[in-house]
Amino acid sequence: MTLAAWSNVFVYASMAMYALAMVAFAASFASARVGPAAMPTSTRRGADAPAKVGVDADSDDLAVVAAPRDSAAGVDGAGQQEDPAGLAAAARTRAQARGASGSRPDLPRPESTEPLPPGRRAGNIGMSLTWVAFALLVVALLTRAAWAGRAPWGNMYEFSLASAAAITGVFLVVSLRRDVRWMGLLVVMASLITLGVAVLLLYNDSPQLVPALKSYWLVIHVLAAIVAGGAFTVGAAATVLYLAADRAERDSAGTGPKALSGWRGSIRSANSGAAAWVAARIPDAASLDAMAYRVNAFVFPLWTFAVIAGAIWAEDAWGRYWGWDPKETWAFITWLVYAGYLHARATAGWRGRKAAMIGLVGFACFLINFFGVNLFASGLHSYAGV
Amino acid sequence: MSTGIGYGDGDGVGPGEVLLGDATPDEQLALTADWGSARRRRSVGPRLGPTGWLRWTWRQLTSMRTALALLLLLALAAIPGSVLPQRATDPLAVNAWIERNPGAAPVLDELGLFEVFSAPWFAAIYILLFLSLIGCVLPRVAAHWRSMRAPTPPAPRRLDRLADSRAWTTGDPDVLATAEAALRADRWRVTPGQGSLAAEKGFTRETGNLLFHIALLLILVGVALGALFGWKGTVIVRAGNGFANTLTQYDSFSPGRLTAPDRLPPFSFTMTDFTATFERDGSQRGAPRSFAATLAYRSEPESALEARVVSVNSPLRVDGAKVFLVGHGYAPHLRVTDSTGRVVLDDTVVFLPQDGNFASTGVVKSPDAEPQLGLQGLFTPTAALNEELGPHSTFPAPDDPAVFFSAWTGDLGLDDGTPSNVFTLDTDGLEQIGLSAVRPGETWELPGGAGTVEFVGFDRWASFTISRDPGKGLALAAAIAAIVGLSLSLFVRRRRIWVRVDREPGTDGTASLDQYRVQVAGLTRSDSADVCAEVDQLVAQLGGPTDGEDER
Ligand code: HEM
Repeated sequence: MTLAAWSNVFVYASMAMYALAMVAFAASFASARVGPAAMPTSTRRGADAPAKVGVDADSDDLAVVAAPRDSAAGVDGAGQQEDPAGLAAAARTRAQARGASGSRPDLPRPESTEPLPPGRRAGNIGMSLTWVAFALLVVALLTRAAWAGRAPWGNMYEFSLASAAAITGVFLVVSLRRDVRWMGLLVVMASLITLGVAVLLLYNDSPQLVPALKSYWLVIHVLAAIVAGGAFTVGAAATVLYLAADRAERDSAGTGPKALSGWRGSIRSANSGAAAWVAARIPDAASLDAMAYRVNAFVFPLWTFAVIAGAIWAEDAWGRYWGWDPKETWAFITWLVYAGYLHARATAGWRGRKAAMIGLVGFACFLINFFGVNLFASGLHSYAGV
Repeated sequence: MSTGIGYGDGDGVGPGEVLLGDATPDEQLALTADWGSARRRRSVGPRLGPTGWLRWTWRQLTSMRTALALLLLLALAAIPGSVLPQRATDPLAVNAWIERNPGAAPVLDELGLFEVFSAPWFAAIYILLFLSLIGCVLPRVAAHWRSMRAPTPPAPRRLDRLADSRAWTTGDPDVLATAEAALRADRWRVTPGQGSLAAEKGFTRETGNLLFHIALLLILVGVALGALFGWKGTVIVRAGNGFANTLTQYDSFSPGRLTAPDRLPPFSFTMTDFTATFERDGSQRGAPRSFAATLAYRSEPESALEARVVSVNSPLRVDGAKVFLVGHGYAPHLRVTDSTGRVVLDDTVVFLPQDGNFASTGVVKSPDAEPQLGLQGLFTPTAALNEELGPHSTFPAPDDPAVFFSAWTGDLGLDDGTPSNVFTLDTDGLEQIGLSAVRPGETWELPGGAGTVEFVGFDRWASFTISRDPGKGLALAAAIAAIVGLSLSLFVRRRRIWVRVDREPGTDGTASLDQYRVQVAGLTRSDSADVCAEVDQLVAQLGGPTDGEDER
């Protein structure tokens, strides 16, 4: 069997693991029954913000969606000591401060030594399976690289494999610092869809590169773009969930969209119901917003770098660093829209939902750039052997 | 500082910022008010009078809201440039599009939608954006300069009202001095006060942000320099032939607005060899694998001859210009005689590739022949013929080359001086006299004794883009500065720590002599806030309680 065939085997094995992880995350998500708010968690900008909806202080399921994993700062530790009443209260104050500043989505549970509830166990299984799937995918990429003797992102098939790995990789890196199991389902689905498209539509059995790609800039520029793509995806997942949580919070505070009659009204109330269902299983809107911002703020300089590295490469390959080729144009559009997102977050009247919408538009532009331009537009960049 | 510093219309809260604690948001904001206007700028209408209007317009233009709108507008405006073919990149595609859509095309053309990136409305958007940028950044530079020299606001009386605060009692009279030393050692800027101190860090956030925005401006300057003083041309060179860098030798040439095309750098080169390889197996069969042109060049007419292999991604740098290999194709060597036996052509002829297998078309026009001769040729590097496709090529490498000719006689119309395309033959008014396939070394006797066409052999040609861009160094330097500035701006957080030491009130109501109450608090505005950890660290250095033992 050739290394390429081995690589394919690893890709299939990885996809199987992703599918299992998806089932586990779905089970975890579905079984996370959470009641109405009993305890305000992080509040935004003082007491005037609506209290967090959906975490029941008496339900172990809180831990499912929100227990912080890192005990480095002693928060978990405090929760496990003998006198939960006093110490946990102090810890809570600190955790509020920290959680609210975006570092931990929610509160620790003093009872976290008790047996794990089913939802949480499924979430843990999902995380482990995701690690395994990721490791298999990395092995697949490495085998592919060894077989081809070059970086494993030389055509659309390989771009897509690497992108799936990047999406999961960014998610897993974030998961080392905070509990993001609630995002697992979306992330694993995104990775699996990317892999499916790669295997079914884009498979390419050539180790060779077209001459335009033979450059060390392939490693630098494309790697930066792929990692940025992974982070854009994770940021967009957090943004979508933020919008759901925000809708639920507005609905329960009575500031949501007004009820309507007729079919539009049914859609609206269905949306409210769905948002409330989802919101009960994820951190509060403020934390999600902060998380989405962090990921996007991390990715923006990286994307800027990817675009500039592409310009340097284009200068070497085609004699101009910028030529408004469709790929370049969409990279620029994506960059502008994300710059708009960062701006919106500092502009009165644009924070929150409107900024989030701009962020999602930016992600759509990124997808158009990554897939649409290669498949539909003809330009210098459409060489990559679909 | 409420007007014109860019934050002006914000309410002063940074992105994703969260403020906590018992203090009201206003109280906390007041402590960081100088990081940006804490008050919402009221949008009063313009006062009457021209200066009032001007000031109002300027303020609107330099507001964050306008900047946001212009950013998104620019993104929107760029979309047609990727959907419709553009003259600057593919003029032939534009013509084809116009032919296919005779109804809409003239309107779109009038709107500049085939030249989006040089259209006046596109320029208007980015010029407004950069005006806004200048109007926004200059006052912020001044404000930032002042803020770096201004003292940090002194500690408020009750620090425990802030989110990240700690308090404990100590017997150490030097605790404030210890705190100051510890903070200074950690490169905080310390403003000492009465029984208290204020420390601040993270000025590079705003510095980075300003650097980023100024760098954007410099990128634009670099691009403009290139557009004004640069030039770019393309030329096709057949193997064995040469090129000298003068305007007349180019097939196409686009000078910058202020370029002097008569003073191009005087280098020259000859293409001594060209090689191309293609994938032979698998699903990617026929895909190009390598191209390389060997050039013998002189950077000045008198300088020594040097050799250099130019390939994709590996241009030749000579005399301030760069020579890029951008395309290649076949040039069959044809020898044509007319009815009198006179040789009217004995040279390689450039054929343009039409598909990935390099089936290439070319034309020979011999107005001097007797009778006048026109030939349309299809060169196929690996020839094949079938019902469906007619003559075609099955592989891009010359495994089995052939030329399929169609010969025409009649008035070629070249005598009246109208310019004609060397790659197409206008067959109106011509008479077709025959069709034939010819292999290397073979000669086709034209019907009726009109002459002969010999396919002597073939060579290769390569097309080069030659360009000079005096602004690209600046653009690159500015781009790097932009990334550095952006990273600082997004990853550094500006933060403040206050320490206050008061004598502990004794049991009898008077201040005790040897017990001190220490309060430490931190505050930050940016999203990645974890001034918490820094407060923790300082508290530990001062011997305060560790986490969870807060005794307040
Ligand atoms: C070429 C157009 C522009 C681009 C691409 C751009 C991009 C950006 C980006 C990516 C950021 C995020 C960095 C950060 O948060 O510190 C930012 C921040 C900022 N920009 Fe711009 N900008 C542009 C024009 C402007 C203009 C015209 C203004 C003034 C009206 C402006 C004012 C600001 C301010 C005040 C911030 C800081 C916001 C904050 O507190 O985070 N920018 N810009």
